[in-house]
Amino acid sequence: MSTTVETGTSIRSFHVDFPDEQIDDLRRRISATRWPGKELVADRSQGVQLEALQALARYWLDEYDFGRVESRLNALPQYVTRIDGVDIHFIHVRSEHEDALPLIMTHGWPGSVIELLETIGPLTDPTAHGGRAEDAFHLVLPSLPGYGLSAAPAEVGWYTGRVAKAWAVLMERLGYTRYVAQGGDQGAAVTDDLARHAPAGLAGVHMNLLRNALGNTAGLPVSSEEERAALQALTTFKSSGFGYFLEQTTRPQTIGYALLDSPVALAGWMLDHDTDSYYKIAGAFVDGKPTGNLTRDHILDNVTLYWLTGTGASAARSYWEGGHAAAQATGKTPPPVTIPVAFTTFPGEIFRAPRSWAEKIYPSLVYFNEAARGGHFAAWEEPELFTEEMRAAFASLRGKESA
Amino acid sequence: MSTATETATGIETFEAEITEEQIDNLKRRIEATRWPTPELVEDASQGVQSAFLQELARYWLENYDFGRLEARLNAVPQYMTEIDGVGIHFIHVKSEHADAMPLIITHGWPGSIVEMLDVIGPLTDPPAHGGDAADAFHLVIPSIPGYGFSTQPTETGWNSGRVAAAWAELMSRLGYIGYVAQGGDQGAGVTDAMGRLAPTGLLGVHFNFLDAIPKELLTAPVGPRIVFSHEEREQLGKVVSVFMRGYISEMGEHPQTIGYSLVDSPIGLAAWMLDHDADSYEKIRKAFVDGEQTGNLSRDNILDNITLYWITGSGASTSRLYWETSKGAAASFKDPPPHMKLPAGFTVFPDELFQAPRHWVKHSYHDLVYYNEAEKGGHFAAWEEPEIFAEEIRASFRSLREG
Repeated sequence: MSTTVETGTSIRSFHVDFPDEQIDDLRRRISATRWPGKELVADRSQGVQLEALQALARYWLDEYDFGRVESRLNALPQYVTRIDGVDIHFIHVRSEHEDALPLIMTHGWPGSVIELLETIGPLTDPTAHGGRAEDAFHLVLPSLPGYGLSAAPAEVGWYTGRVAKAWAVLMERLGYTRYVAQGGDQGAAVTDDLARHAPAGLAGVHMNLLRNALGNTAGLPVSSEEERAALQALTTFKSSGFGYFLEQTTRPQTIGYALLDSPVALAGWMLDHDTDSYYKIAGAFVDGKPTGNLTRDHILDNVTLYWLTGTGASAARSYWEGGHAAAQATGKTPPPVTIPVAFTTFPGEIFRAPRSWAEKIYPSLVYFNEAARGGHFAAWEEPELFTEEMRAAFASLRGKESA
Repeated sequence: MSTATETATGIETFEAEITEEQIDNLKRRIEATRWPTPELVEDASQGVQSAFLQELARYWLENYDFGRLEARLNAVPQYMTEIDGVGIHFIHVKSEHADAMPLIITHGWPGSIVEMLDVIGPLTDPPAHGGDAADAFHLVIPSIPGYGFSTQPTETGWNSGRVAAAWAELMSRLGYIGYVAQGGDQGAGVTDAMGRLAPTGLLGVHFNFLDAIPKELLTAPVGPRIVFSHEEREQLGKVVSVFMRGYISEMGEHPQTIGYSLVDSPIGLAAWMLDHDADSYEKIRKAFVDGEQTGNLSRDNILDNITLYWITGSGASTSRLYWETSKGAAASFKDPPPHMKLPAGFTVFPDELFQAPRHWVKHSYHDLVYYNEAEKGGHFAAWEEPEIFAEEIRASFRSLREG
C-alpha cells in the first residue's frame, strides 16, 4: 500500500486499498454466522445482547457500504513513516491558518483513527465550524502500533511509554517544535506518558480519561459526593464487564484467534466496552436512534477497519504491554508531570473524574471542565463539543514561547 | 434422537447423532480460519501459542476421525429426562456386581462427559481393571444443563445449587436410595451443593477440587487462623490468581459476549478451552506439538471434547454457569450455605490449580473421612489419569459401603 521507497526517516504518502476479495470474505463470514441462544436477561448484565448484535450483522450485510472506510480515509492526507522499527500510519491535516497550534491526538481501544475523523474539520478549520481562526490546530492522528493501518510490532516492549517516545519523534520529523497532545482511553495513557517524558517542544496536554485513577485510586480523596460516586463507578466497571480488560492484559493471543476469525465475535467484543457506550450503540442498531455522532455507519467503519486490518490480536497486545509495564513500575514513582495539563470530564465516561482527582494526579492542572454531554468516545460521539474543549483547554498555551 | 420412553419416570434412551452436514460445516470453518500473527513471546504468557493451535487445527482437519465422538458416546447407555424444565442428558452404566454403590460424577468446564468416559470401565467393572468386585459402582454421568447434549436453560437461576437439586431428583428417579457423589471443577461446586443439600439417599461426597474455599482465606489474605506456613501462603497466592483470570472474569460477567466467539469460530472455541490452566495447557500442547502424550490426554480425546462443544453449540450456555456461580458467590458471602455434615473424601492431584492443604479441606468439610495426595494428575484428573482417579474413588468411598 506504500507508494514510495523507504529511506531512513522518510515520510511516505499513503492510500488505503482493501481488495474486494477481503470484503467478499467478510460478507460471507457475516452471513454464515452461527449464533448462540439469546441471553437470559433483559439488559447488558450477561454481555452484548443477541438482538443488538443481530441487528448490527443485518445492517452490516444489507445496508452498510463496505467502501466507506477506504473512501473516508483516502479523502484525507495519510502517511506512513518508520519509527523504532514499526511503520506508523497517520493522518496529517495542516490548517490554513498560519498560527495554528500543532496537536497530536491518540485514539484508544476499541477505537482507531475513525473515532477522530469528525473532529478534523472543526479543529483544523474552526472558522467553518463556528470557531475563530485563532483556535486552529494542525492535526496529527496516528494509528497506535498494532492498530488499524500501523504495522503490528514484531517484538514485545511497545507499552504506552514507548509509543509516546515514537510520537515525539513523529512530531519532530514533521518539523513541529512546539505542539500539544491529547488522548482518551489508551490514548490518555500515551498522552500521560508523553507528558512525563516531556520531550522538547511539548507545550501541554489534554486528556479525557483519568488513566491513573483507573489503575489505582489509592491516595485520591473520597469524601465528597462526586468523589464517592466516581469510586463507586470504578468499582462497578471492574466487576461488571471487566473480563475484556483482564483477558487482553493476560491472554491477548487467546482472544485474538476469535477476533481474527469471526466478524461477529469481533463486533461483540468491541461493543462490550462500557455500559454507557454500549447502550448508545445498541440503541443505534436496535431502535435506529443514534446518540450524537455514534451512528451505525460510524460504528461499523471502526469494526470494519479492525476486521480488514486483522488487528484484533495485535491491538489486544497493547493491554498486555500495559499490564507488564504496570507490574514493572510497581513501587517506583513515575517522573512527575510538570508541563500544563488540561482535563475534561465527559458525563457518560466510565467514571466522572472529579476536579480534585485530576488536581491530585496533575498538580500542573491549568484547565478542568465537565462537558454537558458525551461519554467514553467523546471525540467520536460529540465532535463539536469535544472540539470546544480542545480550543478552551489549549487557549492559554497559544502564542507563548516554548519553555 | 430418542428412541424409547419409560413413561413412569420420564426417562428416554438417547443416541447421539452428529450429521454429515454439521461435520462438513465444521471442517470448512477450520479450513477457512483467519489466523492472527504469532504471539511475541516464547512461552504461553500471551495465551495459546500459534504453532500449537495451528497444529491442533491441522490434526483436527487431517487426522481426527469425526465419527469418533458419536461412536464413543453411543457405545455407552445414554438417556434423557426432563427435570425442572431442562432436558438432562446422562450416561448410566449399571455394574454387574449386585452390591455396587451408585455414584453420580459431575464434569466441569471446559469439560464434559467426554472427560469421564475412561473411568466407566474401572469404576463399574473393577475386576477387569485390577480392582476388587467389592469396589464396584453403578455410574451416573450427567451433562450439566447447557453443556453437551443436555438442553440449555431458558431462564436464569441454574446455579450449582439448582443443578444439585436436579441431580438428587435424577438419582431418585433412577431408584437409587443410597448413593455417593463426586466432582472436580464446576462439578465440585455441584457436588458441594449436593452435600449441603443432603438429599435423602446421599451418603457421602468426594472432591478433587476445593470449591468451598474457606471464606476467611479470601477475606483476610494472611488470615492467621488458617494460613500458617510459607507453603500455605503460596497456595493462597494460587487461589487468588485463579480468580484473576480473564476467562473466569469474562464468563462470570459477560458470558454472552464471549459466547459469540465460541459458537462462531471453532479455532476461537479451541483456544478459549485450551487456555484453562498452565499445567493442562502444557500437557495438551506437548501432545500436539511434540507428540508426547501425558496420561490419557491424547490428541483424539482432547478433540472429542472440543468437537462436542462445537457440535452442540454450547459455548455461550456453558459460560452462563460461571455467571450463575458469580451471582451465587456474592449471595453466599452474605448468606452462607448450610454446613456440610455428610462424610467427605478429598484427593489432591499434584498438578491441580492449587494443592489444598488438609486443614483447609477439613475447615469446609468437618467429617473428612478420606484425604490423599495422588502421585500424578492435574486439573482434569479423571481424564488424565483414569486408573489413579478410579483408585481414589474406590478408597474414598470404601468406608461408606455397608458391611
